[in-house]
Amino acid sequence: MSAPLVEVSAISRSYSMRSGMFGRATAVHAVDGVSLSIAKGETLGLVGESGSGKSTTGRIVLGLEPPDRGAVRFDGKPMAAPGTAAWRAQRARMQMIFQDPLGALDRRLPVATQIREPLDIHGLGTPAEREARVRELLRAVELTPAHGARYPGALSGGQRQRIVLARALATKPDFLVCDEPVSALDVSIQAQVVNLLCDLQAQLGLTLLFISHDLRVVRQISTIVAVMYLGRIVEIGSADDLFARPEHPYTQALVSASPAPGRRSAGRIVLAGDPPNPAARPQGCAFHPRCPRAIARCASEVPALSAVGGDRQVACHLVTGAETRDAA
Amino acid sequence: MSPLVSIAGLHVAFNGVPVLRGVDLALGKGEAVGLVGESGSGKSVTWLAALGLLPRHAKVSGSVRLDGRELLGAPAAELDLVRGGRVAMIFQDPASALNPVLTIRKQLCEALALHRDLQGEAVKAEAKRLLDLVGIPDAARRLSAYPHEFSGGQVQRIMIAMALAGNPDLLIADEPTTALDATIQAQILELLSAIRREMSMAMVLISHDLGVVAENCDRVAVMYAGRIVEQAPSNQLFADPVHPYAQGLIGALPPLDGPRRRLTAIPGTVPDPAHMPGGCAFAPRCAFAAEPCGLAAPRLAPIANDRTVACIRAEASRRALLGMAAE
Repeated sequence: MSAPLVEVSAISRSYSMRSGMFGRATAVHAVDGVSLSIAKGETLGLVGESGSGKSTTGRIVLGLEPPDRGAVRFDGKPMAAPGTAAWRAQRARMQMIFQDPLGALDRRLPVATQIREPLDIHGLGTPAEREARVRELLRAVELTPAHGARYPGALSGGQRQRIVLARALATKPDFLVCDEPVSALDVSIQAQVVNLLCDLQAQLGLTLLFISHDLRVVRQISTIVAVMYLGRIVEIGSADDLFARPEHPYTQALVSASPAPGRRSAGRIVLAGDPPNPAARPQGCAFHPRCPRAIARCASEVPALSAVGGDRQVACHLVTGAETRDAA
Repeated sequence: MSPLVSIAGLHVAFNGVPVLRGVDLALGKGEAVGLVGESGSGKSVTWLAALGLLPRHAKVSGSVRLDGRELLGAPAAELDLVRGGRVAMIFQDPASALNPVLTIRKQLCEALALHRDLQGEAVKAEAKRLLDLVGIPDAARRLSAYPHEFSGGQVQRIMIAMALAGNPDLLIADEPTTALDATIQAQILELLSAIRREMSMAMVLISHDLGVVAENCDRVAVMYAGRIVEQAPSNQLFADPVHPYAQGLIGALPPLDGPRRRLTAIPGTVPDPAHMPGGCAFAPRCAFAAEPCGLAAPRLAPIANDRTVACIRAEASRRALLGMAAE
């Protein structure tokens, strides 16, 4: 296996939130002790529901936000301090794509100008080379120079997301963080963008962190998938068999809740209770109040992420309990 | 059995731009029908037009009958009894459908007072019963809470309770779970199907999610550019789609297990309603398109029991498949 391009070790991040005008500030643990490593050319998929901390993880990995604890290493080196020249150089090698392309684009500039902007900022090439690069990028995302002359408002949702992708690729980054890049798109357009992303990754040898709530899309594009719940990774494993044989009760419920054409909802696991609130995380395993199989130990002891054979790691007393007891 | 609702030749145009171009759809009592299609295909407009909820500048023509009575052009007083009474509707964004400064009790009781002959304490008792029915814990106390005190899934449950206030024969659920997390979506869909069984209520489920529709509906209609292009029982449509667009939609869905394959994306984009191609609206994106496709828009024609499709190429391929030689 090649050396990891991105190495995240035990990052945590909490925000303080006030309930009401005079309420006491409470700490919201958005991300709590997340470790990940992404090898060059690989895609790591991060799934979870809203509030699971997947977007915060993405922002920390990109250096948009500092972690409270833990560290991120990029290409073997620690992240440079924000604002320094070293940080700028590093940031040109890593880019981000968001869910809402219209929000990420300036409505008053032709899209070709916006694709060019990162080249101007990082001072790459002569003006003529930059123009050529913009044309090349438009071609890479299967658009024409005519599209480049248009304003974002005159493009469809799928075309706008292609423009955002072209702009992200302008500085020839090694690493892309995609936060729900296809969630706002219709199914047929979503398939176009997913295919394009797969092709570009293969051509350019990109490393991706792909964040989505959509299990199908994540599986399609990822080599490794991590499932997050309330700021922690509860299960991680290879994309091919994680959803086919989920071990953690939460992953099992997620897979079961994903509707499939041609399968009636027989034997579906419907979780009781509300989506978790990061400001009031339960003691012990954060999932235990909604877990259909929870035992007494789950309410008091936080399960650690441990290997259960193959490349699978699970954080659940019921799955790893037997082994830890043997070891003790 | 006569249908509960029958829509025939429904056309809608906004400022002279046609968005619905002849929709025919019938719905039996207690039946669950799914409407799938991409944004702009006319799934929601069909039902907004049927219930007279479109703005005045929309031009609506055709026929929508509820139990044989024409709804298009019906007097406002009659429509008021239908809307929220016999036909209820829930939307994608439940939070914006509730009034943020009124308690849930106020809003539920308002719906009950409008559509049910109840007074005083009976209204409050019924409001509590409805909240219990949709699975809001501690309903008696929660009635005096405001919308912001509930989670997204709970607000959608409250919307369902309000929709049930008039004992409707038909519930139109327009993307009811799109804004919700996967595990909460599963809860709401289960609630809807439990209520439907209990009250033998018909349902139209509008969704862009093929899986959601497949699992919760008896029959599915696929819409494209303001028309229904294929209609079939759910299991048949997903096992054996006939219209190239329906095939494309299903092929574009990444599988959750088994080997990974390249997604079969439909090339191009949905046509602009102001510049609709002549003939079949899907022809410019269709892999099977032939010359006659550009001449006239195909009509929905039966291809099997309970199945209709609007595609001249599909009919041909279907006939060949079934061994019924075309004359």
